[in-house]
Amino acid sequence: MGITVEGISASIQEKKIISDIHLRVKPGQFVGLIGPNGSGKSTLLKSIYRINKPDCGKITLDSENLYEISAKKTAQKMAVVSQESQHTFEFSVMEIVLMGRAPHKKMMETDTVEDMRIAEEALEKVGLESYGDRLISTLSGGEKQRVMVARALAQQAKYLVLDEPTNHLDIHHQLQLMDLVKKLNITVIAALHDLNIASVYCDHIYVLNQGQLAVAGQPEEVLTETILQEIFRVNTHIIQHPITGKTHITFLSDAAPAIKRHEEVYI
Amino acid sequence: MGVKNLAATKGDGELIESPPVRKIDSSEKEKNKHQRRFKILLFILPLGLFLSLTLSVMLGPVTIDMVTVWKIVLSNIPYIGDGVTAYWSTAQQNIIWELRFPRALLGGIVGAGLAIAGVGIQALVRNSLADPYILGVSSGASVGATLVILFGALQFFGQYALSIAAFLGAFLSVVFVYTFARVGGQISTIRLLLAGIAISMILGAVTNVIVLSAPEEEGIRSAMYWMMGSLAGANWTVLPIPATAVVLVFAFLLYQSRTLNLILMGEDTAATLGINVDAFRKLLIVVTSLLTGVLVAVSGAIGFVGLMIPHMIRLLVGSDHKRVLPISALFGAVFMIWADIVARLVVAPEELPIGVVTALCGGPFFIWLLRRSSYSFGGR
Repeated sequence: MGITVEGISASIQEKKIISDIHLRVKPGQFVGLIGPNGSGKSTLLKSIYRINKPDCGKITLDSENLYEISAKKTAQKMAVVSQESQHTFEFSVMEIVLMGRAPHKKMMETDTVEDMRIAEEALEKVGLESYGDRLISTLSGGEKQRVMVARALAQQAKYLVLDEPTNHLDIHHQLQLMDLVKKLNITVIAALHDLNIASVYCDHIYVLNQGQLAVAGQPEEVLTETILQEIFRVNTHIIQHPITGKTHITFLSDAAPAIKRHEEVYI
Repeated sequence: MGVKNLAATKGDGELIESPPVRKIDSSEKEKNKHQRRFKILLFILPLGLFLSLTLSVMLGPVTIDMVTVWKIVLSNIPYIGDGVTAYWSTAQQNIIWELRFPRALLGGIVGAGLAIAGVGIQALVRNSLADPYILGVSSGASVGATLVILFGALQFFGQYALSIAAFLGAFLSVVFVYTFARVGGQISTIRLLLAGIAISMILGAVTNVIVLSAPEEEGIRSAMYWMMGSLAGANWTVLPIPATAVVLVFAFLLYQSRTLNLILMGEDTAATLGINVDAFRKLLIVVTSLLTGVLVAVSGAIGFVGLMIPHMIRLLVGSDHKRVLPISALFGAVFMIWADIVARLVVAPEELPIGVVTALCGGPFFIWLLRRSSYSFGGR
């Protein structure tokens, strides 16, 4: 059960992006994928959600070979929320959320009362219950992303893939979206940009570097000053936050250098 | 009682419940507007189609009244026609039944067909500039047609030579475009558009060479005329093939309307919602190209209809293909019948090519649409 990635390599236009990746998402886990730009996070996720077929290796979804089952069957099990997408054609929010029902529909089948109920429930969960009739273009970035989450919920999938879903959102909406996803209690694999967000929300983190798996483990094991220096090339100061108890990263730079030595901080 | 009860009371002290207030914000009206308009249009347009068809058959150098028009039409339908007594001349019978009626019908069929082909192709490439000819269909057809008109190619097909040559040309050009746009087994939208433009340019040049090397003046004139689009070739033997093609493609697209909606959301999104995007797009290319090829073969390249009508209809009823397809087909039919009426009457007894009329009506309308800030044309 769960998602397993066994030794996959994938390329984009003949150029190898990731190689020999092993990864496992257990049911109920919130798994994070972090790494610098160009480390292959997105490529790996795209292989997992069937957009970019790997050159070799195997991905299984509930013990079935992902690329041997149909796109429709995959969509019944796995929903994807990616970076804010362009909505070039005008649809209402409800029409978009109902698109999440597509994998459960036969070709000519129309939306039933049950589908409407599922879609309405999904909108309620993301706090947009009164938005069903609004046109998508009239929504703000944060609201649009929540509609995408609602669509994923309407899909009633066991697994949720988040491909840097908070990229264009302000901090309030980032936290709101992540809280929302965390509350759903489903299995999540997410590529994340913000290391502090990864630290707070993930049960397990995989760190990618130059297309390879560098290190994996629980947030406090992975987010260390040495590892971040080596992979992200930044100086950091990491503490267990006194209020949240979570691993917290402070980035040191020329404008904010370390003016005290470590020992002094803890006195 | 120190506190006054703010709620109004009836004589016996019972509270009057205020009716629940339901807030309707402006955008909710917007969506309802789309659905309401859909219902209204679905009711009005068939009536409009009937009236346009009638008018189109009535009007011409010889005007014939509405009752006679329909009696002549009915009298030609097996079984029903037996009860109608003929009081009209053979000339009238010929004008109505052999000339104007099939021509009006062809206009309706071609208009409906171009409109739905436009809807399909715009979904395929997710680009609002796309029209049914974007994949080189019309330029390919022109090569075939000019060869027949100017050099009498394919004469062994008799009266079908022009249609068959145009269709073959259209089909071949789509095959070329498709082949060139295919890289590593996948079709990218931008390659498809660029290959379409390149092939159109090449075939356009070939057509010009053919026209320039034509042996006689008269042939050049009719070739030019054909390229600008015309319904003048309409007769009963022409109708069945385009009619069948339009009905089949309409049924197919409506059947796939959910998939078309998902495709509009983007390739990746459609794929993650369970659509086999590559296979569907290939099917869509084949289906829309065949339809456009069939239409070009009978009417020449009539511009603007396939580009303009889907935009107009989306503006009216939203993007859901369940609504867009039927309304586009109906509106396309009505529009084309009127364009043909204008083409026949404006410079009577001469005729304008119908493509000239659609461009002259369509262009200004499109500019008006362009100036409307609220319509995004599917872009930003």
